[in-house]
Amino acid sequence: MFEIVRQLRQAGVLGLNERNCEFIMRLNPRRLYPRVDDKVLTKDLALAAGMAVPELYGVIANQGEVRGFADIVAELDSFVVKPAQGSGGNGIIVVTGRSERKREAFRLTSGLLVTRSEIEHHISNIVGGQYSLGGKPDKAIIEYCVRFDPVFDAVSYQGVPDIRVVVYRGYPAMAMVRLPTRASDGKANLHQGAVGTGVDMSRGVTLNGVLSNEVVDEHPDTGALVAGLEIPHWDFILQSAARGYEVTELGYLGVDMVIDRDKGPLILEMNARPGLNIQIANCEGLVGRVRHIDEIHDPVATPAERAAVARREFPPRQRGGCAS
Amino acid sequence: MKQQYVYGLSAFFAVVGLAIFFYKWQVLGFPLGQDQETPVWTIESSISFDSGPGAIKVQLLIPTLTPGFRMLNENSVSRGYGFSLNYGSGGREAQWAIRRADGQQTIYYRITVYEDPSADQSDTTPPFPPPPVINEPFRTAVDVIVAEVKEQSADTASFTTELLLRMNDTSPDPNVELLLSNVDSPASFVDSITTILASARIPARMIHGFELQGRQRRAEPVAWLEVHDGDNWRYFDPQSGEETLPERFFIWWRGNEPLISVEGGSNVQVGFAVQENYIDAVTIAERQVAQRGANLIDFSLYALPIQTQAVYSVLLMVPIGALVMVFMRNLIGIDAFGTFMPVLIALAFRETQLFWGVVLFTVLVALGLSIRFLLERLRLLLVPRLSAVLIVVVGLMLVISLVSHRLGMETGLSVALFPMVIIAMTIERMSVVWEEHGAVDAMRAGLGSLIIAIAAYVFMGIGWLEHLILTFPELLFVILALVVLAGRYTGYRLLELKRFKVLAGK
Repeated sequence: MFEIVRQLRQAGVLGLNERNCEFIMRLNPRRLYPRVDDKVLTKDLALAAGMAVPELYGVIANQGEVRGFADIVAELDSFVVKPAQGSGGNGIIVVTGRSERKREAFRLTSGLLVTRSEIEHHISNIVGGQYSLGGKPDKAIIEYCVRFDPVFDAVSYQGVPDIRVVVYRGYPAMAMVRLPTRASDGKANLHQGAVGTGVDMSRGVTLNGVLSNEVVDEHPDTGALVAGLEIPHWDFILQSAARGYEVTELGYLGVDMVIDRDKGPLILEMNARPGLNIQIANCEGLVGRVRHIDEIHDPVATPAERAAVARREFPPRQRGGCAS
Repeated sequence: MKQQYVYGLSAFFAVVGLAIFFYKWQVLGFPLGQDQETPVWTIESSISFDSGPGAIKVQLLIPTLTPGFRMLNENSVSRGYGFSLNYGSGGREAQWAIRRADGQQTIYYRITVYEDPSADQSDTTPPFPPPPVINEPFRTAVDVIVAEVKEQSADTASFTTELLLRMNDTSPDPNVELLLSNVDSPASFVDSITTILASARIPARMIHGFELQGRQRRAEPVAWLEVHDGDNWRYFDPQSGEETLPERFFIWWRGNEPLISVEGGSNVQVGFAVQENYIDAVTIAERQVAQRGANLIDFSLYALPIQTQAVYSVLLMVPIGALVMVFMRNLIGIDAFGTFMPVLIALAFRETQLFWGVVLFTVLVALGLSIRFLLERLRLLLVPRLSAVLIVVVGLMLVISLVSHRLGMETGLSVALFPMVIIAMTIERMSVVWEEHGAVDAMRAGLGSLIIAIAAYVFMGIGWLEHLILTFPELLFVILALVVLAGRYTGYRLLELKRFKVLAGK
């Protein structure tokens, strides 16, 4: 056991306690949390900073406004409903179209048809606080449904493949691509069964994947190789992630982005408590990169400069034990 | 910097807690163990007499200085008498008075004592006694004996021993025989010894007491000899001349004054009875604290009413449960619903016992969950839905109680002790996790909660731990210190070793 502890320390693996104590508490003052916890606010801030985000169609802030849902989506065939203060991708409904026969019925990513009243009930739940931390009343966001760039088509099972970049003191430190699977029900959360792949920071190319802590080469549903995919707009993605620091001022930040085939990379959300699975996906501990950033940290560097530093300083390591 | 501050703070808490703990344990004598009992003796003197026509005044010599013993309490039982305690020449006196009384009267005086080897051994140094006035022919006999004994002794102690040996000789010399001619009781024997010692300018006095052991319905006071050697009072067996004191000898009164005097009464009889009891050592310790005048005891939980104490004996275990919780979550890394839900469940387990607690909890949550899934179809809003779950939980508890009562299993009745709001919230959280993350995650967190609850129950149920915390609430500081320390523990959680194992061994 102590041998494993020693090896993990040596590999620079960040644990939950250390993340909470040394990263989140030190670098993320609580007063800044609303900037990432409330997605409406995040969107406003990001837009003001000139970053690309999915277009906001409407916000439903209380039960009385739930009826307004039909008006908001009257002209829309596809959209996403999500809680403004949700976490872990919970409570998100992705509508990709409407039934041919009945306009009141919406088709979800899974192909399932749901009625308007079902969606309204879901919105009521969101507003009632079912998906917010601590059950606080919440707002429901209705926004643009991203049309994914085909780059990840072969390695996604429905849902939202997204790119998570962990930004430490403004420098992109590590990235991963999260690929939904049948098991994850279209969600891009690793602990729900999505596949995560590390990313070569210098080139923006995916590395091997992990599925529930096991190294995998292929997507479990499509069978396509997950490694070696070149992520388009990589430089822009890193710069956007780096700019997330200016927007939120959070020193330890997770930036989640998706690539729209028309609009390019969009910031989906940001996270003040990014998880640790990114280390498994990259087969590398975070601590080493973080220490390096502490050494070369330059408080006046621009986001573009910091993105360039990340590309230069963090090439993929020789993958030892966990590479296949 | 911050880290050192945390270490400092928790060290401070630990030191404060442990210091008070050690003080109470070592100095004040609070018992570490549970059910630690100390023997106490209750000595009761009953005074009975026939009342005369006028006012009655009763005076009884009562214990003053009792080497080896401390008093726990004393009281008197009498019908209509005024009672007071005074200091007389021979020590403390109890005094009863009444203007008039009819028929036979009985008065009780009762004192309860416990052993304490550190209790004062003697009082002040007495002056040399004046030479007693003795009439001839005793005067000459005493002078001869003193002169002879002085020849054959070196100091006060050997003088006393030698004197006692002579006086107890089975074939006494004529002088001794003369002196013993009007001795009719052990007490008058000791009295004459003190007179001889006084002629030799040795301070001595008679003591009367009891050998405390078990239960004695009729205890006779034993006369003993106390001699001052210039530094200390020393005790001599008047029969054997040995310097010794019987084991557990409780001194009732000193001197040759009569034990009792009754004015206005006749046919006076005094009887003593001894009763041995065992009482909680905590009571003794508190008594000791009160006698020392330390006001620390004012903060003791035992000063509270019994019912409140019972509440705190449970409440004070919650920090232990919280400590277990911290350990399980931050050091082991077990998932659970709610921050303190497992601790509250563990509290409920205390009432239901573990096995039935786990069974009832599982049944309740399982039934509640299935009904919650039915409710889901009704698409209720959050607060009404939670309330509905709560009502269902209460109903389920009722049903379980009724069914188990019918089946003759009384343990099922204790289901009512489960914190229903907590159960309802657990069911709600679990169903949400179930829907969002799947059954596996919900089960894992549910099981984690149960495991932590069981662990908390086990620790909160340790009898001596409960006693320790209740007697030494300052140990909460130590728990606080541990929790603060754990709050800055940045090492891996045990289960993370498994999670990140793939990253190790490079």
